[in-house]
Amino acid sequence: MGIEEKLPAGILLTSVEKLSNWARKSSFWGATFGLACCAIEMMAAGGPHYDLGRWGMEVFRASPRQADLMIVAGRVSQKMAPVVRQIYDQMPEPRSVISMGVCASSGGMFNNYAIVQGVDHIVPVDIYLPGCPPRPEMLIDAILKMREKVMATPLGPNGRKMLEARKAAGQMPIVAPGAMPSSYRVDKVRRAEWTQAVKDGREEQLRIENWMKLQPHLREGGK
Amino acid sequence: MTYAGERETTEGRVFTVTGGDWDTITNNIDPLSNEKIVVNMGPQHPSTHGVLRLVLELEGETVTEVRPVIGYLHTGIEKNLEYRNWTQGTTFVTRADYLAPLFNEAGYCFAVEKLLGITDQITERANTIRVLFMELNRISSHLVWIATTGMELGAISMMLYGFREREYILDIFEETTGLRMNHAYFRPGGVAQDIPDSAIKKIRDFLVYLPKKLKEYEDMLSGQIIWQERTQGVAVLDVTGCLALGITGPVLRSAGLAWDLRKTMPYAGYEDYEFDVPTATTADVWGRYQVRMAEMRESLKIVEQALDRLKPGPIFVADKKIAWPAQLAVGIDGMGNSLEHVAKIMGQSMESLIHHFKLVTEGFRVPPGQVYIGIEHPRGELGVHAVSDGGTHPYRVHMRDPSFVNLQAIPAMAEGALLADVIAGGASLDPVMGGCDR
Amino acid sequence: MTTPENSTGGVPVSADPVGADIDAPAQTPSSPRKGMFGITGSGDVSGFGGLVRRHPEVVGSPKPYGSFFDEVTDALEEAYPGFADAIEKVVVDRGELTLHVKAEKIAEIAQIMRDDEGLRFELCSSVSGVDYLNSDARRLHVVYHLTSMTYRRRVRVEVAVPVDGTVPTVTSVYPTADWQERETYDMFGVVFTGHPNLTRILMPDDWEGHPQRKDYPLGGVAVEYKGAEIPPPDQRRVYQ
Repeated sequence: MGIEEKLPAGILLTSVEKLSNWARKSSFWGATFGLACCAIEMMAAGGPHYDLGRWGMEVFRASPRQADLMIVAGRVSQKMAPVVRQIYDQMPEPRSVISMGVCASSGGMFNNYAIVQGVDHIVPVDIYLPGCPPRPEMLIDAILKMREKVMATPLGPNGRKMLEARKAAGQMPIVAPGAMPSSYRVDKVRRAEWTQAVKDGREEQLRIENWMKLQPHLREGGK
Repeated sequence: MTYAGERETTEGRVFTVTGGDWDTITNNIDPLSNEKIVVNMGPQHPSTHGVLRLVLELEGETVTEVRPVIGYLHTGIEKNLEYRNWTQGTTFVTRADYLAPLFNEAGYCFAVEKLLGITDQITERANTIRVLFMELNRISSHLVWIATTGMELGAISMMLYGFREREYILDIFEETTGLRMNHAYFRPGGVAQDIPDSAIKKIRDFLVYLPKKLKEYEDMLSGQIIWQERTQGVAVLDVTGCLALGITGPVLRSAGLAWDLRKTMPYAGYEDYEFDVPTATTADVWGRYQVRMAEMRESLKIVEQALDRLKPGPIFVADKKIAWPAQLAVGIDGMGNSLEHVAKIMGQSMESLIHHFKLVTEGFRVPPGQVYIGIEHPRGELGVHAVSDGGTHPYRVHMRDPSFVNLQAIPAMAEGALLADVIAGGASLDPVMGGCDR
Repeated sequence: MTTPENSTGGVPVSADPVGADIDAPAQTPSSPRKGMFGITGSGDVSGFGGLVRRHPEVVGSPKPYGSFFDEVTDALEEAYPGFADAIEKVVVDRGELTLHVKAEKIAEIAQIMRDDEGLRFELCSSVSGVDYLNSDARRLHVVYHLTSMTYRRRVRVEVAVPVDGTVPTVTSVYPTADWQERETYDMFGVVFTGHPNLTRILMPDDWEGHPQRKDYPLGGVAVEYKGAEIPPPDQRRVYQ
């Protein structure tokens, strides 16, 4: 990205990294890539009710050269696939992709000749967002997870070296950035619970247990 | 040094421009006024209503030829339908034209019901609910139309207002069907669930709320000189042109012909409702704007009449061999079959059990034959041609989508006009590529 | 059910596919003539595998047809001298009139349907195709739905061609058929002679095959879900 990348590994680089990532995550500019029904939900997320402007994202850049987040919203047909790739290639680094909806993530309900079974066959995807179509709130959740991921990105070759060093020394955060469900992330206690569960390798179990605790007929421990 | 590939054609020199400095290009070319440039608009472009590609040949700012290219959203819905049973078809069909999903479902269900021969047995409550929801969907589709058209012509706040009003309708839909879009609510034989009273209250509040807002938006747009300049006299397509190109819906009505399938070939009880068919005489974008705003008001009238007409009763056809065997209720673990219903199937009635089994595994059988149904979709005539060979899967279902047919009018509207008028004309046709490509 | 030594964090590991037979042949047209469950070669001893269905035959209806259908056929007979030649069958079913017509004559008939005073079918609502595989040599049918705004009624005109057959285009009579015929060509492979621009419209331009034909596979892929592999829709067991 420039002179920042040439900084030697150390505290200066980590501070610059944090600053640069914070700037990136706070001002995602989406590329308009609405294809089908999910595009309407994306537009609704940009509308006044579920306001994406709260996170600086109400503006969707028509030109991919000025965008850094491509939300592939909708089913990608065989005819459209080269266009998706071309738009992705035209986006400058650093760029991210959210595949919104099941059709973009995996082909969805259209398991047939005409639809590409998952846009990850064409472009690398950072966040998969299921739903048919996902509610605007789900899209916002995906964007928030994307922000977490961006916050943890290394800056330049020195940054990547530092990341490798951290990995080798075993200092990586227990929960990968963007991997904690939002309902756990909001509360310190639950966050600690989840982190512990990931350490033990039983986060699915934790989810199931907590869900069961909420069911009225199972509250007494099941009958 | 050439920056634009050129070739001689029977119409003169044609330049293909794919980028580069504009001054350099023009300086290398003869500064004559009859050069053509070919501009590719789309499929990714904010103003193409989805993935529509327009290949424009421009002479200066005037469009000499426009070729629409579609197919970028072809999903193979019609082929998928052949591998699902008749009831499951609703979920596929609903995603064709995603701004008016209930109309797709309605067309498909009317076709299946005609094939089954049970059109007269559809209960009154089911028909009233269908009319009610179809008109609400018409309003929400027109709201998206005014929102996107406003944005494309520069009235960007219209986008926010349109989507804000639409949220109220989506709330009503969610209350009743569970989903904001792509509901799979209309099933062959009736509707899937009954309307809860909370939804009816929301509809009544909405009926009071929207007319004020519509007046606000009309005041904002209609008196505005820029809106008038951009829409009046733009993209004119008269009645002959419309009929030749098979255009129906608000575009045809803006040309003066009051052809509305709800009045001329009524279905689902529309003959009992009192409403007018708004028309305009100018056959341009302005006329279509007037027609759609007026249609929203007419739909509000119909919604009110439908609400008053709603009487308690069954929402599914009585024939147990077709009716979906569920009686849903909200239980301790969420929504599912009510416990009495499960007890009845499992414990009391062998017949219910058999019906349940056969309907869930196979689905019902439809006697062989073919039908064509046309309904008045917000964009025109939605036709469904359904062919059955006597089995549990549709043999062939073709959807004559109005967007597909209406898009053929873009060359007729745009050629000879300015580039900005192509946008306005295309927006006034209200194409939805999901329906167009299916 | 998780075991304490599950170290993948509760994420299902890929295992051998369980359940359906993913090597089963693609299912050809729905409602196969023989068999109940759409699969062969299984251990099914119920006897339903031997079920043979009679193929529904479309028979012409006898005169008088009822409602407005007689009016339409009489007007057409009057206006079109080659009526007896061109019309193969008249079917009245479920309140709709279908005229089965010889493929070569469709353009002339469309002209008369639109222009004649008694017919006045101004709007061609829809042009589409149906593939009746296993019927006879002329398996591709092109179906035209005509709407009369003057008389507020509809009629269907159907032509049948074999796989390499051609149909004259009706775009000179109904320009709206332009894209609709292109779609029928794209999906079924029916060539319309005289069409201004018969190219693929929905599929990419270099696509091979005609997707909506019954012998064209659905083309899905197997899906892995929670450790099991689900075959694509055309290879699953189906209850017919």
